Amino acid sequence: MQTYVFDGSLEGLLCAVFEWFERKPGQVRLVTEAAFQPDAFSSCLHIYNEEKKADRVWKGLQTRLPKAWIRRFYCTYLSELDTAYTALFEFTCYIFCGDPGSEKNYGNTFVLQLSQTAIKVEREKHRMEAFIRFQHMADGIFYCGIDPDFNVLPLILTHFKNRYADQRWIIYDIKRQYGLFYDLEKVEEIKMDFNAQQNMLKLSAPSVSDQEGLYAALWKDYFKSANIIARKNTKLHVQHVPKRYWKYLTEKQQ
Amino acid sequence: MSERIREKLNILADAAKYDVSCSSSGGNRKNDNKGLGNSHASGICHTYTEDGRCVSLLKILLTNHCIFDCAYCVSRKSNDITRAAFTVEEVVELTMNFYRRNFIEGLFLSSGIFKNADFTMERLLRVVKKLRLEERFNGYIHLKTIPGASEELIREAGMYADRMSINLEMPTESGLKLLAPDKSHQDVIKPLGDVQRQIVQFKEERKLIRSVPKFVPAGQSTQMVIGATPETDKEIMHTADAFYRNFSLKRVYYSGYIPISNDNRLPLLGSQPPLIRENRLYQTDWLMRFYGFHVNELLNDANPHLDIDIDPKLSWALRNLQHFPVDINVAAYKVILRVPGIGMGSAKKIVQARKFGKLRIDQLQKIGVAYNRAKHFIKCADSPYQLKDYQGTQIKSFILAESQSKYLKHDTSQLILF
Repeated sequence: MQTYVFDGSLEGLLCAVFEWFERKPGQVRLVTEAAFQPDAFSSCLHIYNEEKKADRVWKGLQTRLPKAWIRRFYCTYLSELDTAYTALFEFTCYIFCGDPGSEKNYGNTFVLQLSQTAIKVEREKHRMEAFIRFQHMADGIFYCGIDPDFNVLPLILTHFKNRYADQRWIIYDIKRQYGLFYDLEKVEEIKMDFNAQQNMLKLSAPSVSDQEGLYAALWKDYFKSANIIARKNTKLHVQHVPKRYWKYLTEKQQ
Repeated sequence: MSERIREKLNILADAAKYDVSCSSSGGNRKNDNKGLGNSHASGICHTYTEDGRCVSLLKILLTNHCIFDCAYCVSRKSNDITRAAFTVEEVVELTMNFYRRNFIEGLFLSSGIFKNADFTMERLLRVVKKLRLEERFNGYIHLKTIPGASEELIREAGMYADRMSINLEMPTESGLKLLAPDKSHQDVIKPLGDVQRQIVQFKEERKLIRSVPKFVPAGQSTQMVIGATPETDKEIMHTADAFYRNFSLKRVYYSGYIPISNDNRLPLLGSQPPLIRENRLYQTDWLMRFYGFHVNELLNDANPHLDIDIDPKLSWALRNLQHFPVDINVAAYKVILRVPGIGMGSAKKIVQARKFGKLRIDQLQKIGVAYNRAKHFIKCADSPYQLKDYQGTQIKSFILAESQSKYLKHDTSQLILF
C-alpha cells in the first residue's frame, strides 16, 4: 500500500485527492508530515501543494455536496485528528466516485465518521460559546484565554462578532498560539507574547478593571443561590460541565 | 453599596430558583443597531447548577414581597423570610454587566405581587423598556405575565420580551383551590389566550407589512408543580396536552415539588422530591411533541400512571406488541420513530441510509441505535431468525436485566426463574 504524506493543511489534503485521481493507485494511506514514519517496504509520495489543484477539488466538492455537508467537511478538518484526515480523504474520493447524493449513505464508515466528528467539533464550538468568560481589563478590553480540544476559533468568530458588537474583545487560543481581536469594526487574527509565569487563562489583580472583582463575586453568589440542594445530582452536573472546562468558569474559581 | 446588592441578589435569586424554565431558544432578535447581544437560535446554557439544571438566564425576582398566600410558594405572605426589592437600575446594570462577560443569555424577570397586578406589571415593563431602548440590549428576555394586569400593559411588554409565561402551578383546578384559595385556572387562561391571539395577529400583519414589530417571538410557556397534590400522571399530561393545543405553548414545564413548609396539606418537610416521576413526565411530553404520540396512547383510564422502572415509549411498545417487529429496511419514518431505542437522529439516518442497501445490525449500532433495547422490536438484514414470540413481561425482564437505572443506588434486580 502506498503512503501519501501531506503537510496537514486543507490545501494539502485536497491536493492529495487530486493526485489520487490522477494516479489511481488503489488503496492508499494518508499521513501528515508530523506523524510520518518511513516504511522499508512500501513506497511513499510527498504531496506538493498547488493552489490550482486544490481549488479544482474544492469547487468540485461544492457542486456535489449541499452546504450543510461542506460545513461538516470543514468542521472535521478543524478537529486536527489523524483519523479525521484519513476519513476526509476517503470521504472525498467516495463522493467523487459515487452517484450524487452519496453523502446520505450513513452505512459507509467514512460518511458516518465525518458526520460524527463534525458533531464533536460543533459540540466543542458550542461549549466555547457557552463557557468563555470575559474579564474586563483595565484598558477596557474584554479578554478570555482558552485551550479547546479542537481548533474552533474560526467557527466561533461570527457568533462573538455579532453578539458583542459594542465592546472590544480578545479571545486567545493558548494551545495553538493565536487569537481573535475585535476592535469595534472588524475581527483580526493576533499573536501575543506572554511571559511563562503568567496565567493566561485567568488574569489577576493589576491588569483587570476594578469592577471585575465585584461582578465575579456577584456571579459566584448567583450560581450558589440558583442551586436547589434537595435535588443535588453531581453526575449530571459533571456530564454537562466536564471538569476540564472548570478552569474557564468564574463560578468554579475559589 | 456592593454589599447591599450582593445581599439582594442572594435573596431574590434564591426565591426565583423554583421557576424551572431557563430556555433561551426560539429568539430571533438580531444585533442590527450595533448594540449588545444577538440571539442564538437554539439558545446557550452558560453553566449548570450542581443539581444539573441549566443556567442560561439571570433568573431573579424584582421583589419577593407578595400579597398572596399560596401554600406551595416560598415567598407567600405568611412565610417569615427576609424581603428585598431591586430598583429598575440595579436589574439593568446587573443584566448588562453579566451579559458583557458572557455569563448569561439574557434576563428572566419575575416578581411577587406587591400592591396590585398592574403596579407590578408596570415595574417589570420599565425594566425591559430601559434595557431595549436605552441600553440597546438585544439579548433574550423572558418576562412573567402577571395575572390580572391590564391588557394594554401586557401588550406593551410583549413588544420588548422574547418569551412570556404564566404558571399554571397545579395541574387541576381542585388542587389549586386547595393550596391557593385566592387563585384559579381562569386567571391564567385569560392572559395566555390574550397573548396567543396577539402573537397570531402580529404574525399575520408581518406577512403583509415587514416593518411590523416582533411580538413575543419565542412564544409562551407555563409550569406545573408535580407531587404537591394527589393528581395522576394522566390528569397532568391531559392538562398539558390541552394547553399545548389551545394556546400553542412552546413548553410546559413540570417541577417536582420540593417541600418548603410544614403545612399539613403538603408533603412532609425533608421528603424526597419526585425526580424520577418528573423525568418520566418530560419523556412523555417529548413523545407527544416530537414522536407523533397522542396522549391517550401513553396515558389512559387503563394506565393512569407512567411506569417508574421503564420509559414511556418502551412501556407503550410492550402494551402494543401487535405493531412489532418493525422491519427497519421498509417501515415508514413515523413507524421507526415509535421503536424503543431509536431516537429522531437515528431514525432520520436510517431512512436516508437504507436507500443505499439493506442495513445490518453493526451499521445500526454505529448509527447510534440503542440496539440492546431495540432488538426485541426490529428486524434488519441479518437479524437472527426467531421462532418464539416473547410476552411483554418477558421482554421487559430481559431489558431490565441488562440495564441499570441511574436512579437506583443499589442493584436490586431479582433472579429470573423462567
